[in-house]
Amino acid sequence: MGPQREVKMFFRVALLVLRKDFAIEAKSREILTTTLLFAVSCVLVFAFALVKEGEAPPDAAPAILWIAIMFSGTLALGRTFERERYGETLRALLLAPAPRPALYVGKLLGIVLLLGVAELVLVPLVAFFFGAPFFVQPVLMALLLVAGTVGFAAVGTLFAAMLMRVRTRDVLLPILLYPITVPVIIAGVRGTAALLASPPDEVTATMWLAIVVAFDVVFVTLSLWTFEVLMTE
Amino acid sequence: MKKIFTPLVIATAVLFAAALVLIARVPPESTMGLVQKIFYFHVPSWIGMYAGIAVCAVASISYLVTGRPAADRLATSGAELTVLFGLVGLVTGPLWARKAWGVWWQWDARLTIALLLWLIFVAYLVVRKYGGPGAEKLAAAVALFGTAVSPFVYMSVNIWRTVHPLTSVMPQLPKSAPEMVPPMAASAFAFLLLFGVLLIARIELGRRQAAVDELYLAHEEGAA
Repeated sequence: MGPQREVKMFFRVALLVLRKDFAIEAKSREILTTTLLFAVSCVLVFAFALVKEGEAPPDAAPAILWIAIMFSGTLALGRTFERERYGETLRALLLAPAPRPALYVGKLLGIVLLLGVAELVLVPLVAFFFGAPFFVQPVLMALLLVAGTVGFAAVGTLFAAMLMRVRTRDVLLPILLYPITVPVIIAGVRGTAALLASPPDEVTATMWLAIVVAFDVVFVTLSLWTFEVLMTE
Repeated sequence: MKKIFTPLVIATAVLFAAALVLIARVPPESTMGLVQKIFYFHVPSWIGMYAGIAVCAVASISYLVTGRPAADRLATSGAELTVLFGLVGLVTGPLWARKAWGVWWQWDARLTIALLLWLIFVAYLVVRKYGGPGAEKLAAAVALFGTAVSPFVYMSVNIWRTVHPLTSVMPQLPKSAPEMVPPMAASAFAFLLLFGVLLIARIELGRRQAAVDELYLAHEEGAA
């Protein structure tokens, strides 16, 4: 196969995996519904824990937003791969004569899209509850969210996939995922907080964005390489 | 390895004893007094932890590439020592901080980075213990990712916060406090030797465990 055809094949497989996940989800809407409700519950729990005399402490909004994204992301990762495990469908995919890294990219895109939809609800919700001006710098804010979600999902997809065979996967996923994605949460929260400051501090936000983008590049590359090794028995 | 093991144990014991004498004989530091002496154990234990991380990372990558069981055993040994030496550092640090800063813990860059890296290797051991069959590969990936993330942790936490006495105190030590150099050096080398002794012992233990497992399998196959 020529390199061009190989690249074409790679993206076709990735998009097929994404379409498969999308088709299942469009029918049942199970993961989207549960993830969204879970994210909203997270926001409420943090609101009750932090709000004093009707006022949230300064900087609470970005923290709550990113924690809600990470927690509901963990849940979504677990549920997506539970579905694959239950139907033994990932095994079937791995048996198919398709490039393995393409399967990873397909799953990753699915998680990122799902979390993107969740964020479309979460960001206005947090803005609404805490009066956070998320939309003053919409482009930088969106870039920060996308980069942060990709970084979190890149590590999360790999770990959730490799934990599929493990009995204690539910609890091991956050144990492994959170310490490794700490840079994403620090950068996400600090970057968002910089954008919420008045006047917005674009320089700081851009610096954090650059760190997250570098994180994404390193970890997507590493995951593409290790996925092949890890999913081979 | 057996040949060097006994001399290594003796050398470690002697150096530890010498380090204790040297530490006891250094006059107490002028502002912090006696508590400052904890630093002769604190710094070497972190050196031990980072040595453990290095061993575990290199061995894990080698295991992912070659799949050799010996590399996996070396990685486990490295991770266990990381957690052990890290624990010594995490206990001695707050003991000193309570006296020097007035609080047990500060969300300072160096403390946070050390805690995070330590946690990643605790997670590594948890994966190995509860991961069931195939946990070796999983754990190797955790070690690889944990090591790859450390520059990001370093950068982000550093921008996020900083209170710890700078590690640049260490290279300046010969000028600022020459009397502290011999006990520090003795202690650091003693810890590194201890690291070596424990590493060799742990690798040997892993090798024997693997041999016993193989014998069991062979026995059961013979019986069946």
